[in-house]
Amino acid sequence: MALDNKLRELQEKREKALLGGGEQAIEKQKAMGKRTARERIMALLDEGSFNEYDLFVEHDARDFDMDKKSLPSDGVIIGSGTIYGAPVAIFAQDFTVAGGSLGLMHSRKITKIMDHALKMRMPLIGINDSGGARIQEGVNSLAGYGEIFFRNTLSSGVIPQLSVILGPCAGGAVYSPALTDFVFVVDNISKMFITGPEVIKTVLGEEISMEDLGGARVHSEITGNAHFFSLSEDECFEQIKKLITFIPWNNSRKARMFEPSEPKPEYVIDKIVPEDPTLPYDVKDVIRAIVDNSDFFEIQELYAKNIVIGFGRMGGRTIGFVANQPLEMAGVLDVDSSDKAARFIRYCDAFNIPIITFVDLPGYLPGVDQEHAGVIRHGAKVLYAYSEATVPKLTVILRKAYGGGYIAMASRHLRADFVFAWPTAEIAVMGPEGAANIIFRKEIMSSDDPDGMRKKKVQEYKEKFANPYVAASRGYVDAVIEPGETRKILMHSLEVSEHKEITTPIKKHGIPPF
Amino acid sequence: MDKKDNLKSLNLSDGIYKTRLSRKFENRKPYKPANPNIIISFIPGTVLDILVKEGDKVEKGEELMILDAMKMQNKLKSSIQGKIKKVFVTKGEKVSKGTVLLEIE
Repeated sequence: MALDNKLRELQEKREKALLGGGEQAIEKQKAMGKRTARERIMALLDEGSFNEYDLFVEHDARDFDMDKKSLPSDGVIIGSGTIYGAPVAIFAQDFTVAGGSLGLMHSRKITKIMDHALKMRMPLIGINDSGGARIQEGVNSLAGYGEIFFRNTLSSGVIPQLSVILGPCAGGAVYSPALTDFVFVVDNISKMFITGPEVIKTVLGEEISMEDLGGARVHSEITGNAHFFSLSEDECFEQIKKLITFIPWNNSRKARMFEPSEPKPEYVIDKIVPEDPTLPYDVKDVIRAIVDNSDFFEIQELYAKNIVIGFGRMGGRTIGFVANQPLEMAGVLDVDSSDKAARFIRYCDAFNIPIITFVDLPGYLPGVDQEHAGVIRHGAKVLYAYSEATVPKLTVILRKAYGGGYIAMASRHLRADFVFAWPTAEIAVMGPEGAANIIFRKEIMSSDDPDGMRKKKVQEYKEKFANPYVAASRGYVDAVIEPGETRKILMHSLEVSEHKEITTPIKKHGIPPF
Repeated sequence: MDKKDNLKSLNLSDGIYKTRLSRKFENRKPYKPANPNIIISFIPGTVLDILVKEGDKVEKGEELMILDAMKMQNKLKSSIQGKIKKVFVTKGEKVSKGTVLLEIE
């Protein structure tokens, strides 16, 4: 009898806490096209797998009559569960409770699950939907953010950290997602900025909407802060689930093996790349022609489209792909594409994912804006990331590999384990036009027919140097291969790289050109 | 969108490539060297005080104007010696970034 009463008390307490901010607040949340925090967790995790902790945590604020207010679970839900059987730790801010604002206990719940994820070496997923700092809690709120940022950094490269922006995430709060590996945004729902439209208007007199300042599209296309864009929460959750299948649970494991399968027959690898180096094609078709089931999971699809990054599988094993995209900006390297590629290379390296690089680029993008934006420093990130990476590095030069671009794109010289070139490859110090103009300047200038002479010399240079055989004669390329052989040769190379081991000098950490 | 849509020409030193162009690239502003004769606001703010008037002779380093922006009073100084040709703003005026404030000849 007494036990029944105790059980009833527990049930009542649970029911009250589970209501979050109450029915009115929940209705408001739904009117914005948003799910509640708990619904989001249920939609994301395997059915029945969620275990919640700290349901009964309450805030501890005294000032501004806060002691008279109850905030169920202090506006954030934490726990663990599974996604396709993979263990994940999760927190979800509850906008229905005080706007999901972050106070001391709210932050302690988040740091508790973060500590748990790090200790248990499992991925952490954070669902952000918060108005920001709980002003009534003053500096305690700031302390809370700081403790979160510190743990994001500590966990970086040890466990995968995913941030899902399903509401506002403004001011200091944006730095937690920024410190994590992958940021997911949803059109019309996600808003991220350091200073909002109102402050900008007051200080600078400039008017801009939240959406135009820091909406999902802005962060997917312009800033590159987001990695996955979707049109609905449902689509977003599918992306998260899919990503989880590609990555390992922590940095001492490899990603789960899947049943191997062949690429789809509609991707015919030797029909994709035109011979003329100035003509475009979609390099994603080359990736699809060699990955299992032609399933390529692209990351930052809308940002710096001149380079393509993402995951695919070969023989059931997760591979990270980096590829120049001739369809966009001729596939040049520039500030944004360098940042995008370098970060991804470091992600793959941290989590034991082999990297396959497809090379076809004319070099770096010329321009005052590029130079002034620091393309030297940003471009250096690619060199740094490739050189530093110790996971298996496989490179296939499809067509152009000129100058600094050749070196940067996982060349032998940055310790690629295998470098292959297609017969269409042109590996040279620069494009034939430029090279001929410099080397044969005198002959061209002194000729009676400079244009004719130039054409002749360009043609000569092309025949002699614009091919893979000069590089192959020095061993910079291990083999010149037929496009149709690519998958087979890469699979073999991956197999023999399975237990790759190299030693690097002992250091605390390097100083990458951040 | 078809893959062959929106293809344009991109002239890089070694050839003219058929490719799509990014919005960022198409919207980039051509570089213009700074003109020391034109004083522009480098930040949005309020003109707190104008210390010179048209026709005044100014020395290099002389203070011309005080621009209140981001809670700071910024002294705008002349980088050349010359004569004030025209003042384009008045005291108390709010200016956005890049507004021409005055011209020196």
